[in-house]
Amino acid sequence: MGKTVVEKIIDAHRVDQLGEDVVVVRLDAVFCHEITTPMAINDLIERGKDRVFDPTRIKAVIDHVSPAKDSKTAMQGKILRDWARRHGIRDFFDIGRNGICHALFPEQGFVRPGYTIIMGDSHTCTYGAFGAFSAGVGTTDLEVGILKGVCAFPLQKTIRIELTGTLPEGVYAKDVILSMIGILGVEGATNHVIEFCGPVIEQMGMDGRMTICNMAIEAGATCGICYPDETTLDYLWPFIHEEYGDRNAALAAFRTWLPDPDADYARVIRQDVSHLKPMATFGFKPDQVKPAEDMQDVAVDQVYIGSCTNGRIEDLRVAASVLKGRRIHPRVRGIVSPATPAVFRQAMIEGILEIFLDAGFCVTNPTCGACLGMSNGILAEGEVCASTTNRNFNGRMGKGGMVHLMSPATAAASALAGHISPAERRSP
Amino acid sequence: MSNTFSGNILFLDRDDINTDEIIPAKYLTEITKAALKPHLLEDLLLDGFSPARDIPGKSVVVSRANFGCGSSREHAPWAFEVNGIRLIIAKSFARIFRQNMFNCGMMAVTLSGELIDDVFRRFGGRPASVVTDLDRSTFEFRSETDRWIVPFTLSEFEWKMIRAGGWVNFADATYA
Ligand code: SF4
Repeated sequence: MGKTVVEKIIDAHRVDQLGEDVVVVRLDAVFCHEITTPMAINDLIERGKDRVFDPTRIKAVIDHVSPAKDSKTAMQGKILRDWARRHGIRDFFDIGRNGICHALFPEQGFVRPGYTIIMGDSHTCTYGAFGAFSAGVGTTDLEVGILKGVCAFPLQKTIRIELTGTLPEGVYAKDVILSMIGILGVEGATNHVIEFCGPVIEQMGMDGRMTICNMAIEAGATCGICYPDETTLDYLWPFIHEEYGDRNAALAAFRTWLPDPDADYARVIRQDVSHLKPMATFGFKPDQVKPAEDMQDVAVDQVYIGSCTNGRIEDLRVAASVLKGRRIHPRVRGIVSPATPAVFRQAMIEGILEIFLDAGFCVTNPTCGACLGMSNGILAEGEVCASTTNRNFNGRMGKGGMVHLMSPATAAASALAGHISPAERRSP
Repeated sequence: MSNTFSGNILFLDRDDINTDEIIPAKYLTEITKAALKPHLLEDLLLDGFSPARDIPGKSVVVSRANFGCGSSREHAPWAFEVNGIRLIIAKSFARIFRQNMFNCGMMAVTLSGELIDDVFRRFGGRPASVVTDLDRSTFEFRSETDRWIVPFTLSEFEWKMIRAGGWVNFADATYA
């Protein structure tokens, strides 16, 4: 029997097996941020084991609340910063260089096909867009990852989702993943890895692939994976050209991580996206999804464009194309948060920030902020936010607030309309 | 084998209880577990549930499907732990939450949908407790008028975590 992508990666990294159903793997990278890492650091100190397995394989960023909003968040940043210095962790990103982890670390070239990566953050599943096996873990797994460079996983099954057809205008990667979560349900992929493939993925850029893999966890999946190809190579080439010399050698290495033709899938879903509509969520669970056109009676107080799901340059370009030359509804507060300094700079160069400002948006520095209700746009009780983030849980962006998840284009259209409104078709 | 996996039951009769509901993100700025104690289940959407009234004195949670979904925050198991709750019994768990529980030396045990239905029917809505026998791998559910012994299974990994007192102890002793 052939192997799926995750089976190949785990086989290549296996260091131990604990019983029939748990495998311990060697980690190629451990990523850290200031919310979940300080407790691991403090515990290591308490145990007299303040060490790291390999400072070059550990990357750290202060991203969730930046700049610090109070003494407690300042202390979390300080614990991470001091630890990174103490252990010679060179790839540490503090304010000025920091951005949302799942946008920043790929942008820095830290993610490669075939890698195993953990982070104390559930959206670590994003990195599968590069053909890696990456998984969100808790602080204890993170602590052991930092100390030993290993992590235990239940054996993973694989779901394969083949996306065919052509995305209609106004319909994007976010609409695809929202509709797939609607099909799978919030628990439909627990202890599974999802391989996203087919012509729709092949034609999609890395930003779109990351949007899709980012939300695999919302169906319970451990990781979402796309097959590494020419698009992956274009993105990574600046970081790997010395290692491989020529592109064909790199592509050949990438191909070793493709699934075997006779790989065993727990489930195969084939979906034609040609008639997909702009989608939005309506409840407190990310699988509660319907076409945005059916929700136009929902007035919005705030529109938030950003996060590890949709804060990359492609997302900002699309939103700006909707907003260009127009003003958002007077009752709407618009907030855009470019995910990284590079995205911010590029948006500035392309005149995208100006379009947002002219439309009446506030542009914030790169940070998670409002996405998890920490800072930079927390909702008041009873308020409604049209958001490009990934979680509509009760209280997620502020106690008593309501979050509707959607694409950047639909969020921008909703900002103009003052209520949920599907992204328009551009051509007549 | 004596253990801390027994006591009065808090019934949470809902699917998909997520970790934002268990401990909201605004408390993730705390750097001690004890600080989480008053905020457990603060944002839980469940009719008639009052954290202040319903949590004190409870040591075990019984719930439904996909318990602990969402954010990877280990603050969720910790918030239970500092409230004296070290065992959660449910129809199913999200992967990260379940792993976090065992990594902390706590228990997240699944029972079939039918068994969970029966536990809710026979013991829910009244004072009830559970006695966990680790040697026999059984729960004994008790109320004033009812008793019921139900076997459970754990994987080898999960037993190792309970015996070692969690993943850090185990990994430190096992891997170079
Ligand atoms: S942007 Fe939101 S979902 Fe993404 S890492 Fe930050 S808090 Fe988590």
